[in-house]
Amino acid sequence: MSTKKDPNHDELIHIPPEMAVAEADVRPVEGDEFVRGTSLWRDAWRRLLKNKLAVFGLIVVGIITLASIIGPTVIKRTFGFTPDYIPTNDTTLIRSFPPFRGPDGKFSWTHPMGTDNAGRDQLARVLQGGQISLFVGIISTLVSLLIGVSYGAIAGYVGGRVDNLMMRVVDVLYSLPYIIIVIVLLSMFRSQTPRGQLILLFVALGSISWLTMARIVRGQVLSLKNQEFVLAARATGVSNTRIIFRHLVPNTLGPVIVYATLTIPQIMLTEAFLSFLGVGVQAPLASWGSLAADGIQNIAIFPWQLIFPGVTMALTLFSLNFLGDGLRDALDPQMRTV
Amino acid sequence: MTSTDGNLLEIKNLRTYFETEDGTVKAVDDISFQLKRGETLGIVGESGSGKSVTNLSIIRLIPEPPGKIVSGEVIFNGTDLLLLPNEAIRKIRGRRIAMIFQDPMTSLNPFMKISKQLMEMTQLHLGHTKAQAREHAIRMLETVGIPDARMRADDYPHEFSGGMRQRVMIAMALSCEPELLIADEPTTALDVTIQAQILELIKKLKHGTGTSVILITHDLGVVAGMTDHVIVMYAGKIFEQARTTELFSLPGNPYTKGLLRSVPDPTAEQGKLYQIPGLPPDVAHLKPGCPFAPRCDRAEEICRQEFPPFVQLNADHCSLCHFAREVYSESGGVPA
Repeated sequence: MSTKKDPNHDELIHIPPEMAVAEADVRPVEGDEFVRGTSLWRDAWRRLLKNKLAVFGLIVVGIITLASIIGPTVIKRTFGFTPDYIPTNDTTLIRSFPPFRGPDGKFSWTHPMGTDNAGRDQLARVLQGGQISLFVGIISTLVSLLIGVSYGAIAGYVGGRVDNLMMRVVDVLYSLPYIIIVIVLLSMFRSQTPRGQLILLFVALGSISWLTMARIVRGQVLSLKNQEFVLAARATGVSNTRIIFRHLVPNTLGPVIVYATLTIPQIMLTEAFLSFLGVGVQAPLASWGSLAADGIQNIAIFPWQLIFPGVTMALTLFSLNFLGDGLRDALDPQMRTV
Repeated sequence: MTSTDGNLLEIKNLRTYFETEDGTVKAVDDISFQLKRGETLGIVGESGSGKSVTNLSIIRLIPEPPGKIVSGEVIFNGTDLLLLPNEAIRKIRGRRIAMIFQDPMTSLNPFMKISKQLMEMTQLHLGHTKAQAREHAIRMLETVGIPDARMRADDYPHEFSGGMRQRVMIAMALSCEPELLIADEPTTALDVTIQAQILELIKKLKHGTGTSVILITHDLGVVAGMTDHVIVMYAGKIFEQARTTELFSLPGNPYTKGLLRSVPDPTAEQGKLYQIPGLPPDVAHLKPGCPFAPRCDRAEEICRQEFPPFVQLNADHCSLCHFAREVYSESGGVPA
């Protein structure tokens, strides 16, 4: 296979990434060997890897995700405490230790991010917060994919009065000050258990996250449905449902993926905001927002309580946004030149 | 009205109008014709003459709104397709009436493997299982002459050339062995050598399966080589209707004559190409009288005043013109 490329190729002749596909198509056939074309995804992946910020984002997101998933377990195995473990046997007045300091004030590996007011390990809390924040972001994005894509695709494909009605519903939901509504919802139905509150948070965030997705998919479908392949599919007797979900939705995948990756940080930020206000995730569960809320009360004395969750969250959101931008450029090379 | 008279398709007084801001566009206005089993019918005309709308009307794929089939009958094998519920017409599309579209570049779904698109057809209509459908798809690809069909079946459309994609479209259209194949300008987007191959392929497959074909084109050369009957359309009307050989030798309508004169003659010396003066009329604002009158070189006062009659020149030949008989005689025919 001639997929191997001259490593200096790009330095010698500068080929804009938009032309990479054409270039891939004219590779010579070596002997009788069958040459596979470069797929859209492999091509996009190659363009993504050329984008330094996107690669940085990808790595950071990868590390933080991995650390959030296995971190609390590793800490439990190594040091023997869970994120909500409050030491009971120690009699010191101040339980919040600075990073890398033990109860005796000497250097120690036990709490690399220090401890909070109750003496809980900050690192474990930040990682658990990461688990919840990422989980909220991903679940809400999946909801937005499921509802938003179907809703938008149906509205766009059916068109006419149905489309008008469906999109006006979206407009109405859009125009509601959703943060206020979510706050009202969350405080009205305030659940007794932290887990119940978490589920309520999912519902609240999920119900607003699909609106933009529906609009994006509708727009895509509107322009796709007049293409000849849709007419061809109709002429072969394919049902409307099948045309929408088998023919049209896969064609909208590029923009949908891009928007989904940008939805994750947006939802995470909203979640942090709600938790910061005290209506989101409740102790003993932690999220980056609630950790920051706790930390800000003691910012003058115990700054690490705010700095660590804050920096982790900022870094993650930055990285996700970089990754989303990189994906957009990689999947839609024409857009960048505009 | 069963198939005893040999008609597979009979269209009676079909009218398809489009409501636009500019008024009602009578894209197809009172058209009638028949198609016998196993025959090929050519429909020719300039762009916007209603060729494609006629055929989309047959399988009810007119975008509604703005389009609407106002009146008429489309009798296919004895049933009026215009009266069928949506569910029933969907079972006919692809199964009994298949279509090939003009641009093979855009009529395949770019996100679906060739095999999947072919399999969709037979799974839907013939109840094939995945494995059966796949085998059938590969067999169809071989039939239409895709080399290495087994290997190429899992390619995406962009990995195929234009001619190959049109072959795939034909394979798809014929995979359920339809009784009627509607080919809407199947070769317009292809270069000449590929055109010949594709036409040859359609011809061969038609003989093999006995499928009737409606061939829409604006290439008179294609019509001459492929069809038994020809319909000439202009401004949503049938202007002339005859057997192919007769139409080319003894045209009975000034418009057909103009079209025939417009075909460049490769043996003639370099010079000016003939063209019919003017442009096709705006079908939203048709004046009374003959729609071709402003462009016609033999138009007289009556042409601008009265709509021309549909003159029967002989058993198989009709022409929409006040002077049909005269034109026919000039061509050398003897009107009945």
